[in-house]
Amino acid sequence: MRVGLWLLGLLVSLVALNSTEAWTKQRLVIGVTQFPSTLNPLIDSMLIKSYILAMARRQISIIDHNWEPVCQLCTELATFENGRAKVFPLKDKYGRDTREKGVRTRFTLKDELFWGDGMPVTTEDIFFTWQVGKHRETGVTNHQSFTDIIDIEVHDAKSFTIVNKKLDYQYYALSGFNILPAHLERDAFKKPRDYRKKTLYQTNPTHPGLYNGPYRITKIVSGSYIVLEQNEFWKGKPPGFKQIQVKTIEKTSALEANLLSGSIDYIAGEAGLSLDQAVSFEKRHSERYKVSYKPGLIYEHLDLMLDNPILSDLRVRKALIHSIDRTAISNRLFSGKQPVAHNKIHPLDWIHTNTVKKYSFDLQKARELLNDAGWNTIKTGIRYNSAGKKLQLELMSTAGNRSRELVEQVLQSYWKAVGIEIKIRNQPARVLFGETISKRKFTGMAMFAWLSAPESLPRTTLHSQSIPTKENNWSGQNYTGFKNQLMDQLIDSIEIELEKEKRKKLWGQLQRLYAEQLPAIPLYFRANSFIVPKWLKGIRPTGHMFPSTNWVEDWHVIK
Amino acid sequence: MIRFIINRTCQSLVILLVMSFFIFLLLGLMPGDPIDLLVGSNPTISSDDLQRLKELYDIEKPVLERYLAWITNAVHGDLGYSRLFAQPVMDILSPRLFNSITLMSVSLALALFVAIPTGIYAATHPNSLLEKAINFLCFAGISIPPFWLALLFILLFSVFAGILPASGMETIGDGSLIDRVHHMILPVATLSMATIAGYTRHVSASMTEVLQNDYIRTARAKGLLEKSVLWRHALKNALIPVVTIIALDFGSLFSGALITETMFSWLGMGKTIYDAIIGSDYNLALIGLLLATLLTLTANIMADIAYAKLDPRISYQKKN
Repeated sequence: MRVGLWLLGLLVSLVALNSTEAWTKQRLVIGVTQFPSTLNPLIDSMLIKSYILAMARRQISIIDHNWEPVCQLCTELATFENGRAKVFPLKDKYGRDTREKGVRTRFTLKDELFWGDGMPVTTEDIFFTWQVGKHRETGVTNHQSFTDIIDIEVHDAKSFTIVNKKLDYQYYALSGFNILPAHLERDAFKKPRDYRKKTLYQTNPTHPGLYNGPYRITKIVSGSYIVLEQNEFWKGKPPGFKQIQVKTIEKTSALEANLLSGSIDYIAGEAGLSLDQAVSFEKRHSERYKVSYKPGLIYEHLDLMLDNPILSDLRVRKALIHSIDRTAISNRLFSGKQPVAHNKIHPLDWIHTNTVKKYSFDLQKARELLNDAGWNTIKTGIRYNSAGKKLQLELMSTAGNRSRELVEQVLQSYWKAVGIEIKIRNQPARVLFGETISKRKFTGMAMFAWLSAPESLPRTTLHSQSIPTKENNWSGQNYTGFKNQLMDQLIDSIEIELEKEKRKKLWGQLQRLYAEQLPAIPLYFRANSFIVPKWLKGIRPTGHMFPSTNWVEDWHVIK
Repeated sequence: MIRFIINRTCQSLVILLVMSFFIFLLLGLMPGDPIDLLVGSNPTISSDDLQRLKELYDIEKPVLERYLAWITNAVHGDLGYSRLFAQPVMDILSPRLFNSITLMSVSLALALFVAIPTGIYAATHPNSLLEKAINFLCFAGISIPPFWLALLFILLFSVFAGILPASGMETIGDGSLIDRVHHMILPVATLSMATIAGYTRHVSASMTEVLQNDYIRTARAKGLLEKSVLWRHALKNALIPVVTIIALDFGSLFSGALITETMFSWLGMGKTIYDAIIGSDYNLALIGLLLATLLTLTANIMADIAYAKLDPRISYQKKN
């Protein structure tokens, strides 16, 4: 009897302990599928690096949940309206004014910004970062954004002016300007060619002085996990957890099992389960977890090889899009969580317009277009032209990507219904992107996604000067070979148009032209799936390249 | 024997040198390069920046020139720098090689511990119920895909029973020996399952053949105990083909462990080599593959030595 009561008491305590565990939690374990190659914010671009570093480092400005630029380290953005931005004429080598314009933007750093070793964040760090960024041999990825800056005028420890030789519509944002702690990184920069090997982010990444955010990295096991703990010198809103662990589990099935076993608390949407896995997970475990879906800037589409005589005919391109039911694909394969794309600009982007041509699922229209294009002889269900050429196209994508392979099969059956024969020829991602697409070796259609940014100018993907050729050493990402004078003019005009309203009109024109000319077939915008335990609140997905961890101090546990 | 070992070691070094060239050449022939892969995650990167990075990483130079530069540095002890992990290659590979060898050794030991007695039993009790059951389990073990088995183990022992960790090599903040052993149970069990099944089949087949030999009949006729006949006379000879298979398996263990390593987030060589190849990290892939070659060559030398120990008729001395 006594033993029975004792056991009952133990059981009650265990249940009570378990139920109180959630809201007394001091530690959060996040599961992700990738591990960053380096933690140096200027070297290599990886979403997972941005995800982790956003908890430990803050940038001068970022884009918020409403897709608007906001300050993180600065007091206010530099605009012409508030007098912090000013246009100036560029000088020639004799010191005379030219017709070209540059822009000076004045920023002030917030008070009480400190690195994790107690040293203040100052303009010295800004100036040093520019020195590292503009050096050709340091291995900085977006070097050009630093070389566009011709000078940084330091006024005092907190305010500085960026003198930029390039005046474009993004003048107010210092994107990619991730500041480095000058007092720690100066030694590594003594020999610039060795900087990428000697940076403290590589040689001693747990040094507290490398981080200025609410957390700092305290332990790293390469390829396995990263531990972050509260930064005692962070003077902003105190974060809700004492410790955050980010565990890398590459196989999504194992990631899911780890969540269910309690080894991890939350699966990040930025680098977690695929949409179909998340939908299936939600059906089984919605009582414990809230699954939220955020359509983002990942634009899934079919690039069309416009050098192919079949696809160079606009009527065929229009027939291709009229003969597929993209809404049904989104609803049936992705539970309607991935919105159909009508052009390459995301509906949440302020430059998006609804006035573009939308192609409905219309088999009759598709057949008429194909007949008009001369593909009007049908033998065994496939169309031929008067020269006896078969209407056959190749469709390529990444081998092993289950979602894409499924979509390919559906597309193949849609196109077969109007007499177009599709040969699916998939390749491993590295072959497809490393050779076939980048060197324009695909002959028909290639299905892949573009990761974009809000109000991102499509110069590299749509301008005629960005068509990769052997002569330009395969640079540029205009893989379709799209050449359109009006598109080139629009891209050039948008880049230098500073007035928002005028720019919006130009963007509208660009989107209409894109939808009319169809250099690619828009499919849908991919969605990220966030698997959040019900006790965890405050996570707000953004849908763009600045991850939810930029607001990690808002994450908290509820009772 | 010592002369034999020295000869084989010299031969192995030549093979490694030749292999280093061919692996370097093959890696260089792969489509795309690390900088091309950057475009996918950074569409705003300019063409000038791509060109600058290619020059910085010496990607544009001819393969032969790059190989000569690499071999010169390697002779001076610099095996290169991993672009994927932004660290010297050996800093990445040393702990992972240790992790892989630990995982493989434990699973190999477990496999042999189970497979040898089971194989002997199956050979000595043909057509018995247990022998049929062993055969059935062996075929099942060989047929079950490791990723499925791994998932099944995770679901059974981590999600439902909650007694074993689902992945990783240690609990963050613990890392004691007991904790590490705890984390090792499921990966070892997964990796051993197919190996046990395969080795049991080999031991059983080899034992069945050896037991037909005249010297076994003679041993029995001399009145030796059955235990002694099996373990001292038959097993030694039956193990020779098994040793060959183990030696040949060594190189493929890296690739074989890939799925287990991925499923359990075990930081080993298989996964690292795979990531290096996919991520165009030439230095890392090259050294990883050379280590796998070295391990296979070493295992084969050890197998040759084991033959001589198992069968006194095998001698490596020069005969006049």
